Amino acid sequence: MNIIETVRLHKRYKDLTAVEDVTLEVREREIFGFLGPNGAGKSTTIRMLATLTRPTSGTARIDGHDIVRQPNRVRQSIGLVFQETTLDERLTAAENLLFHGMLYNVERRALSRRMAEVLELVDLTDRREARVKTYSGGMKRRLEIARGLIHYPRVLFLDEPTVGLDPQTRNRIWTFIHELRIRENLTIFMTTHYMDEAEHCDRIAIIDHGRIVALDTPANLKKMVGRDLITLRTPFRKEVMLFVEDKFGLPVQETGEYLQIEVSGAESFIPVLAGELGGRLHSISLHKPTLDDVFLKLTGRGIREETADAWSVYRTHMRWRR
Amino acid sequence: MTVALKAVYTIWLRDVIRFYREKTRIVGMLGQPLLYLLIIGTGLSYSFRMPWAQGELSYLEFMYPGIIGMSVLFTSVFSAVSIVWDREFGFLREVLVAPVPRWSVAIGKALGGSTIAMLQASILILVAPFIGVKLGPAMVLKLLGMLFLIAFSLTSLGITVASRMETMEGFQMIMNFLVMPLFFLSGAMFPLRSVPPWMETLMRADPLTYGVDALRHIMYAGTPARELAVQFPLATDLAVVSGMSLIFITAGTLAFNKTE
Ligand SMILES: Nc1ncnc2c1ncn2[C@@H]1O[C@H](COP(=O)(O)OP(=O)(O)OP(=O)(O)O)[C@@H](O)[C@H]1O
Ligand SMILES: [Mg+2]
Repeated sequence: MNIIETVRLHKRYKDLTAVEDVTLEVREREIFGFLGPNGAGKSTTIRMLATLTRPTSGTARIDGHDIVRQPNRVRQSIGLVFQETTLDERLTAAENLLFHGMLYNVERRALSRRMAEVLELVDLTDRREARVKTYSGGMKRRLEIARGLIHYPRVLFLDEPTVGLDPQTRNRIWTFIHELRIRENLTIFMTTHYMDEAEHCDRIAIIDHGRIVALDTPANLKKMVGRDLITLRTPFRKEVMLFVEDKFGLPVQETGEYLQIEVSGAESFIPVLAGELGGRLHSISLHKPTLDDVFLKLTGRGIREETADAWSVYRTHMRWRR
Repeated sequence: MTVALKAVYTIWLRDVIRFYREKTRIVGMLGQPLLYLLIIGTGLSYSFRMPWAQGELSYLEFMYPGIIGMSVLFTSVFSAVSIVWDREFGFLREVLVAPVPRWSVAIGKALGGSTIAMLQASILILVAPFIGVKLGPAMVLKLLGMLFLIAFSLTSLGITVASRMETMEGFQMIMNFLVMPLFFLSGAMFPLRSVPPWMETLMRADPLTYGVDALRHIMYAGTPARELAVQFPLATDLAVVSGMSLIFITAGTLAFNKTE
């Protein structure tokens, strides 16, 4: 069953089109990633789905409820963790959860049980009476996720849940997210611009300038860009090139002082290659296709300029040329 | 409906708890009107003559209801302006995405602000004996009721204005162009008589004028000062303040509907 369905969702702000023609379906219990650079329209899409902004045109249904005509139904069935923190820092963690539960009309006794449960889930039980002011960034994020879960939502929207957090905390939050899906029977719709995080998703929509440019599983998306790339450094380039082409029937590309070979299953090919060429090689390096490459291929840009350093752009261009 | 009422209660409770947590705000809020009463009241009572009062009313007694009105005004508007903070720090978004009607958010906020304003007003009522104003229990109840109505309308007004404000920087503007004129034109410091006609028009347009007038009705009830100090019938005052409450809370709700 599809728990989220959008049909040609559109949002225009004056002369700027923030979201254009977004049509997608999210299945129940899926972790669905929305991946795109700054300003791509990720938050705008979430705001529309969460009934905070009306779409200029198009429709969407969440758990069977229309986002424009049944906003309260939609609100009751979603949890939302905004990109910016929306906790009340002067209140304690418990109070933040309590007020949320009251706003969502969770019955009092069930609420205190639920509060204990979600705090346990995000590992904040011992800080429950502390003011949120005294929390670290990662703790706040976890508390917000806990708060989003209080009213037993069917879908949890996470807008960049791990931005600004250190790698350990990010990993931890990911562990929670995976656990949640199992324990709470949740569907998770999240945005990110961290490529490595997108790997956690079952499916990913890549969005750029408000449009979805690709939508598939991470593995399939990576297949789009091609196979693994082995780069060899050797003083005997001509010789090695002929040998590889002869013996394995693989085309070899010479780029400067490097040789590049494109294969699938490079992990098992490298030992064979090394066995055959032995001492003639100075180094072997392997590049597996990443979502960065996918993004680069689809948009011609790195998702964040700093990740698309000159070498990877060059290398990737070499590959697209063929 | 119960969902909406529960939401009103939640928003109200949060505001009250937040107030209670901020010790400096409590001290400031309770200290300020007492200070004003002491300094302005005492200071002016020596230089400010009120021939029309025919010796029935001292200046301090005259301006005591005005000071109460003032503190309700300041506190109400200031509490309402906290929604700008709520917006900046995100809490408002969390509320606006909850499955509760917008009017319950506006009313909860208005009640929160009113409660805090009432607390302050109650402290001021406690000092009445020291100023020579005698108040019976029935009178105190009537006063509290009236003060609540005033606080509610002013908080609603504040919410309407604040929900259009982007940042806290607008606060100074509100103080200068809304709160201070409302205060000075309300007849809290000087009576509506013997002012130029243009000013009288402005004073009549100020909702607080009717609030302060109603307070005087209640406070001076049964004394000759009452006829001298009040300007409108009590029914008019009540009608105007109630009407204002209704208009402003509606405007506040509409303003909330527009915020994203
Ligand atoms: N309220 C608004 N008024 C006008 N333009 C807006 C508004 N909200 C968003 N936009 C514009 O819409 C576009 C998409 O913004 P959005 O916040 O959805 O991007 P995003 O993908 O979430 O980016 P980020 O990764 O930076 O969070 C941007 O160009 C932004 O400037
Ligand atoms: Mg965003």
